[in-house]
Amino acid sequence: MTRIGITVDGVRYDDDVEPRTLLVHHLRERLGKVGTVVGCDTSNCGACTVLMAGQAVKSCAVLAVQADGLEITTIEGLAGPDGTLHPVQQAFHQQHALQCGFCTPGMILAAVDLLAENPDPSDAEIREGLEGNLCRCTGYQNIVRAVHEAAAAVRGEPVREEVPA
Amino acid sequence: MSSVTSEVGAARRRKEDARLITGRTTWTENVTLPGMLHLAILRSPVAHARITRLDTAPALREPGVVAAFSGRDVAGAQGSLPCAWPVTPELVAPGHPPIAVDEVRHVGEAVAVVVARDRASALDALTAIDVDYDPLPVVLDMESALAEGAPLVHADKGTNRAYTWVFDSAEAGTGGSADAALADAEVVIRRRYRQQRLIPAFMEPRSVVVDPTGDQVTVWSSTQIPHILRFFMALILGLPEHKVRVIAPDVGGGFGGKLQVIPEEFIAFLAARRTGRPVKYTESRSESMMSAHHGRDQIQYAELAARRDGTVTGLKVRLLANMGAYLGIITPGTPLLGALMYNGIYKFPAYHFECQGVFTTTAWVDAYRGAGRPEATYLIERLMDELADELHMDPLDLRRRNWIGHGEFPFTTISGMNYDSGNYEAATERALDLFEYEELRKEQAARRGSGDPVQLGIGISTYTEACGWAPSRILGQIAYAGGGWEAASVRVLPTGKVEVVTGTSPHGQSHDTAWSQIVADQLGVAFEDVEVLHGDTRTAPQGWDTYGSRSAAVGAAAVVLACQRVVEKTKPIAAHLLECDVADLEFSGGTFRVRGTPEGGRTLADCALAVFAAHDLPSGVEPDLDAKAVYDPPNFSFPHGTHLCAAEVDTETGRVAIRTYVAVDDVGRVVNPLIVEGQIHGGVAQGIAQALFEEAVYDDEGNLVTGTFTDYTLPSAADLPDLVTDRTETPALDHPLGVKGVGETGTIASTPAVVNAIVDALRPYGVHDVPMPCTPERVWRAIREGGERS
Repeated sequence: MTRIGITVDGVRYDDDVEPRTLLVHHLRERLGKVGTVVGCDTSNCGACTVLMAGQAVKSCAVLAVQADGLEITTIEGLAGPDGTLHPVQQAFHQQHALQCGFCTPGMILAAVDLLAENPDPSDAEIREGLEGNLCRCTGYQNIVRAVHEAAAAVRGEPVREEVPA
Repeated sequence: MSSVTSEVGAARRRKEDARLITGRTTWTENVTLPGMLHLAILRSPVAHARITRLDTAPALREPGVVAAFSGRDVAGAQGSLPCAWPVTPELVAPGHPPIAVDEVRHVGEAVAVVVARDRASALDALTAIDVDYDPLPVVLDMESALAEGAPLVHADKGTNRAYTWVFDSAEAGTGGSADAALADAEVVIRRRYRQQRLIPAFMEPRSVVVDPTGDQVTVWSSTQIPHILRFFMALILGLPEHKVRVIAPDVGGGFGGKLQVIPEEFIAFLAARRTGRPVKYTESRSESMMSAHHGRDQIQYAELAARRDGTVTGLKVRLLANMGAYLGIITPGTPLLGALMYNGIYKFPAYHFECQGVFTTTAWVDAYRGAGRPEATYLIERLMDELADELHMDPLDLRRRNWIGHGEFPFTTISGMNYDSGNYEAATERALDLFEYEELRKEQAARRGSGDPVQLGIGISTYTEACGWAPSRILGQIAYAGGGWEAASVRVLPTGKVEVVTGTSPHGQSHDTAWSQIVADQLGVAFEDVEVLHGDTRTAPQGWDTYGSRSAAVGAAAVVLACQRVVEKTKPIAAHLLECDVADLEFSGGTFRVRGTPEGGRTLADCALAVFAAHDLPSGVEPDLDAKAVYDPPNFSFPHGTHLCAAEVDTETGRVAIRTYVAVDDVGRVVNPLIVEGQIHGGVAQGIAQALFEEAVYDDEGNLVTGTFTDYTLPSAADLPDLVTDRTETPALDHPLGVKGVGETGTIASTPAVVNAIVDALRPYGVHDVPMPCTPERVWRAIREGGERS
């Protein structure tokens, strides 16, 4: 067992973990952060993507011990403390960029990372930037639209419509 | 005072999103119960073998292990998994044990299980189980499987042929003889196509939790079919039906892949009963790829008879359909779901269809998005292009010559299907406008003329399909064991809020939103004031679940009828409160008024509160506004449309790039255009994926080579084009809202559009076909083998 301390969605957790424990299993099974999901076992699908020290990582490809001392943001901690949605969450809703929603946590966090690196991506840059995240429902078209909309919002060009409850 | 229809047709943002975009979801894998144990499954590493020794005892000595058992240990209790579609009386239906007992017949078949305190311990302990396999010959190729003396998948059955199913228009009395048409034809197109094996690849791996500790056994499952699962668990495992509760919580996609009663559901139940504790099983992606059912996998032989003017005079289709090793819930019927749709949108005078189901030592094959209809559409739309090429006609002109004109509806086809409505002309004209067909043809000619290494092809798919499964009477006629109706109840709460219970079971289709829109219109309540309940046999006891584009086409109709009954039931109460006759009432926008008296009136909420107290109701009227309806559709619905694809094919590398893709679909009346467009996007993406990327491949020993997402090419965002989508709207005549259904249209339409575009690009190279998936290597080989550039 190895002692690790990680901050997840703003809360510090100190735990003893087996060195073989994957970050995603630590998040889900120890910390109850079940908003992060597992979609494959070869790090292809990206459903488990979280932000580690601000960068998108596939949490099935990271050992929990590698996250020691770092900050993790999952889909559950992306909205503001008052529940205000992150612009990427808002845009996914507005543009109907999800159907079953299983890939969505990873897709949203990958998009957050993409926009941090490139605030005004082209269609092709979005498509290539999200290549590591698979979606079976949407055909990606509305995801691309959502990322454009979120990019505009982050750049301060909000096109936020009033969204029904 | 005018009737309010503001919600149906509006691009409402989804109610479902709030939890899905914030991670507040209830996937089955998230269910955690006190004392819960974890199940791991040992799966066969060989395709066909006798199990000569299997010892689970060493696993019991591993840390954390609570139980371990094999198929032999539960042989008497585990039953046989159901096949609900005995397509012919002679169907060869082998037993299908959840855990193999004496023999394994495909890689990935369960042979033993371990139950432990945590998942890692269960997985670790699997390695302690000893199994000896005595290999038997594998059976992989369908045509050789049917040859005399071929090794058998099920030795006791004496054959690898599951069934032969035939439709002949001359025998059925719906038309002439296809053989006669072929004999008299001026032109005959003969082709063999392969519908490669696909993997549904829903993003959420299948998961099941069984809790045996309550008065009812509670089963959470990542399933499309909670009601069907409950029925079969009761029927096969000997549980009283009222002692089983099935919950389908948030379900992460299905595409037909979760239209199944799976071994793992039965195994988890056996483990829970054995240990007396809740048990959870969640498959890994690798397990899912090799043991969840696959789709398609057919060989199609086709003969199309025509006159030289382009009039088709007959069609003959012979299929070999891979069943895999066992028959799943609708394995034998899946290829037949397209049997009566091979004639597509056309007025063929003669048709013959024959399908043989073939057992092989592979994962079993069952429904995958479109199920039978993509195969039918592919074949006829490819053949129409081939005939057009043979006759040097424009493929659109050929289609126009043969399709059912708008003025000819309703139209009974050569298969006996009754197409209620359609407007192929309108959809095609709209698609042509969006596509710039003539300009692209000019560019194609220029590229051909200049010998451009990148050639341009135009692919056309003018499709229809049968949605809204299904009229129960017809299901009975085709030997399906189940019904096709759907149930809905509407509950008006004392404060006027509304709960709607639907027997359909969504896994991405947006029922919460769409049904709320429908109810809001019908009852004049706010969209926000409707709660949609589904996927739990306790709250939604009755239904046939979600598949076959049936939820809106059948389930929503039941919702409309239940709402209408609520209104009728409320009228005597409203009339009493307004001191008028029921005959003088009108209902609009959620308010009952005395006809001609715009002032006053009583809302549905007023009536609900009056019913709640029940102090002053008309005599003999029960204090209750709730209503239920069960809708059994009188006919299928027939969405249609025109898809046009322009593809650039690099003749030096074989690479295909879709430049323009236009989809104009007619799905009848649209409840929510955002949801409909999303279904089209995703459906087209899956159809493109069949054309270009995906194939489940077994090696010569029956190992699944494409067993992970590294090897099975699920397209990413970088692989797919932007689509141009639009609609025409020809309402379905039988549905109370005119809805036809949209879940499968994109997948059904798109595959032939893409392959037609590739072949069209390569016509000058003598290419008449590229086998799917049209990878760069296959395109390149087709060019090399097609002969010299003409």
